[in-house]
Amino acid sequence: MKIIVLVKEVPDTYGERKLDLETGLADRAASEAVLDEIGERALEVALSYADANEAEVVVMSMAPERAATTIRKGLAMGAASAVQVADPGLAGADLGLTARTLAAAIRTAGFDLVVTGNLSTDGSGGVLPAMLAELLEVPNLTALSSVEIAADSVSGTRDTDDGTMRLSAKLPAVISITEALPDARFPNFKGIMAAKKKPFETLSAADVGIDPQDLTAAASIMTAIAEKPPRSAGVKITDEGDAGVKIAEFLIENRLA
Amino acid sequence: MTEEHDALIDAVREFAAAELAPNAERWDADHHFPVDTLRRAGLLGLGGIYVREDVGGSGLSRLDAVAMFEELAKGDTTIAAYISIHNMVAWMIDTFGDDEQRRRWVPGLAAMTDLGSYCLTEPGAGSDATAITTSARRDGDDYVINGVKQFVSGAGASAVYIVMARTGEPGARGISAIVVPDGTPGLGFGRNEEKMGWHAQPTRQVILDDVRVPVANRLGAEGDGFGIAMRGLNGGRINIGACSVGGAQWTLDRAIRYVHERETFGAPLASNQSVVFTLADMETELQAARALLQRAANKLDEGASDVVAACAMAKRYATDAAFGVANSALQLHGGYGYLREYGIERVVRDLRVHQILEGTNEIMRLIVGRNLVHGAR
Repeated sequence: MKIIVLVKEVPDTYGERKLDLETGLADRAASEAVLDEIGERALEVALSYADANEAEVVVMSMAPERAATTIRKGLAMGAASAVQVADPGLAGADLGLTARTLAAAIRTAGFDLVVTGNLSTDGSGGVLPAMLAELLEVPNLTALSSVEIAADSVSGTRDTDDGTMRLSAKLPAVISITEALPDARFPNFKGIMAAKKKPFETLSAADVGIDPQDLTAAASIMTAIAEKPPRSAGVKITDEGDAGVKIAEFLIENRLA
Repeated sequence: MTEEHDALIDAVREFAAAELAPNAERWDADHHFPVDTLRRAGLLGLGGIYVREDVGGSGLSRLDAVAMFEELAKGDTTIAAYISIHNMVAWMIDTFGDDEQRRRWVPGLAAMTDLGSYCLTEPGAGSDATAITTSARRDGDDYVINGVKQFVSGAGASAVYIVMARTGEPGARGISAIVVPDGTPGLGFGRNEEKMGWHAQPTRQVILDDVRVPVANRLGAEGDGFGIAMRGLNGGRINIGACSVGGAQWTLDRAIRYVHERETFGAPLASNQSVVFTLADMETELQAARALLQRAANKLDEGASDVVAACAMAKRYATDAAFGVANSALQLHGGYGYLREYGIERVVRDLRVHQILEGTNEIMRLIVGRNLVHGAR
C-alpha cells in the first residue's frame, strides 16, 4: 500500500503571525517556520499503519524551496520518501491551483490512500481534501476523529454537533483527520540521521504538467488587504456588589451565554 | 553547524518542552525520579549520545552533546544532569569494556531501559579521590568488594553501577573500575539524602558488603580504574557545565519577560539602566560559558592533548557563571523570585551543586593552574 501524507510548513502558532501588506502573502520571516501539527498527526496515522503492515509512506508538500528542511522532519519521523513541488510560479497559489498541482503530483507518484489534516493553521481553508478527491476522482472521508485502514478500504468516525457518523470507502481514497487523533511521535536521532539518506524529490510545476499561469482555469483574486486591527481594551466591570449580574447581562447581550 | 545538528537539537528541544518542562516543578516538590520519562529519552537516543552505534548508541559528537544538555536543562536541570551522569557510565563501558561487556550492558543503557550510576566518592574521599578505601579482593575468578560510596546519583534505581575500588597499592595506580549489576547479593543503599536541590533524582550511599562479582566485570586492566574514572569525568564536566548554562538561560529568558511586565515607580523595570546592564552581563556570561564549553567539546572530539584542562576550565567557568546568572534572575524577580511557583528558586537550588560535583570548582582551578605551572617549567 502506498500512502501519501500531505504536510505543510507554516508559521509557528506560538509566534506572532503577519501578512506582508505588499504581496498579501504570509510573512514567513516574521516567525519561526514549523511543520503544521495537524499534518504531523496525519503522518502519525500513516506511520502507525506502516508499523504493523506492509506500506510505503510518502510525505508531499507544495512549498517554496527553503521549506525542504521542514519537510525533511517528516522523513526523520519515519516516512520513506518525500516529494516537494517547489516553483516560484506557485507563490501565492489559491486553493484551486494548489489542489490541481497537488492532485497532479499525487497522480504522478501513484497512491492508494492520501491522508491530510482537516485544515492548516495558516491558510485555514479546510476544503483542499475535498478538492483533491474531486480532481483525483476518488471517495473522500473528511474530518475523521478515528481512522482504521484495511488492505482495500478505509473507515473512520466523524464527530458532528448532531452525532457521530461512521464512514468508510474503498481505496483509493482521500481522508482528512482532526486534532482528536493522537500526537505525532518524536523523530529520534536515528531517524534524523537516516533522513538525509532517504529519497527527496523536488519537482517543478511543469514536471507535474501544471501551468501556474493558465488563464483558462478559474482563480481567486485578492482585491484588498489590511493589517489586523489592534485589540481594543475590552469592557471592564467594576464590582459594586452586582458584578455577577453585570457579567451575566454582558454574556447574554453578546450571545455568549 | 549543519542542518542535521540543528534537527537533532530541535528534537531535544521539543522533547524537553513536551516531557520535562511541564513536570519540573511537580517532580521537584514530590522528589519524584521520572524513570518512565527517562525511557522516552532513551527512545529519542539520549541514553548513549556519544556511544557507538553497534551497541545501540547514537554515535554523535561531544559538540552535539553539550548543545543537547543545554536544551534538556531548559526543561529540567536535575533530569538533564542525571542523563549526563548516565551517559558518562554508558560511554565508560563502551570505551573501556571488551566486546562482551559492551554487548551485555550498553544496549540497555543506550535505550535507558537500564540506568547507570557512577560510584567514586566515599565518605572519607571526595576531592582526594585517589584515597578511596573501598576494596576489591581477588578470590579465584571473582572480586569480593567491600566499602561505602557516597553521593551516588540514581542509586537504588540503576541497573548498572561502575564502582571504583582498590585492587592494589595505595594511590591512583591501585584502583580498578568494576561493574556491579543491580541485584548482586550484598549490594545495598543508604537513605535518599535530603538535599538543597536536585530533588528529582535520588542521591544515596551505595553500600557494598561482601559483594561478589566475576573478575570479567572489570573494565580495562587491573589498576586502570582511576584513569577510566577521570576520562569519564572530562565529558561529565562539560555536560554538567552545559546543564548549568541551560538552566541559567531559562531563568534569563524568564527575567527578560518579567522586567517588561513588572512596573515599579510607574514604569516597567526594563526602563532602568541598572536592570538593562544586569541583563547584558547575564547574557555575556552565558555566551562566554557556552564558548568555553564548545571549545572543550571540540577538544574532546579531536582528542587534543590539553583536553583535561580545557574541560576543567569550561566546567569551572560555566557552573560559576550560570549560578550567578540564575541568582541575578531571582533578584530581578524580587520577592516573586523566592516563590516556588515562579520556578527560579528551583533552578538556583539545582545549579548550586554543579559548582561542587564532577570535581569541585577548586579542583578545577587546581587542574588548570597546575597545567600552567608545569607547562612553564
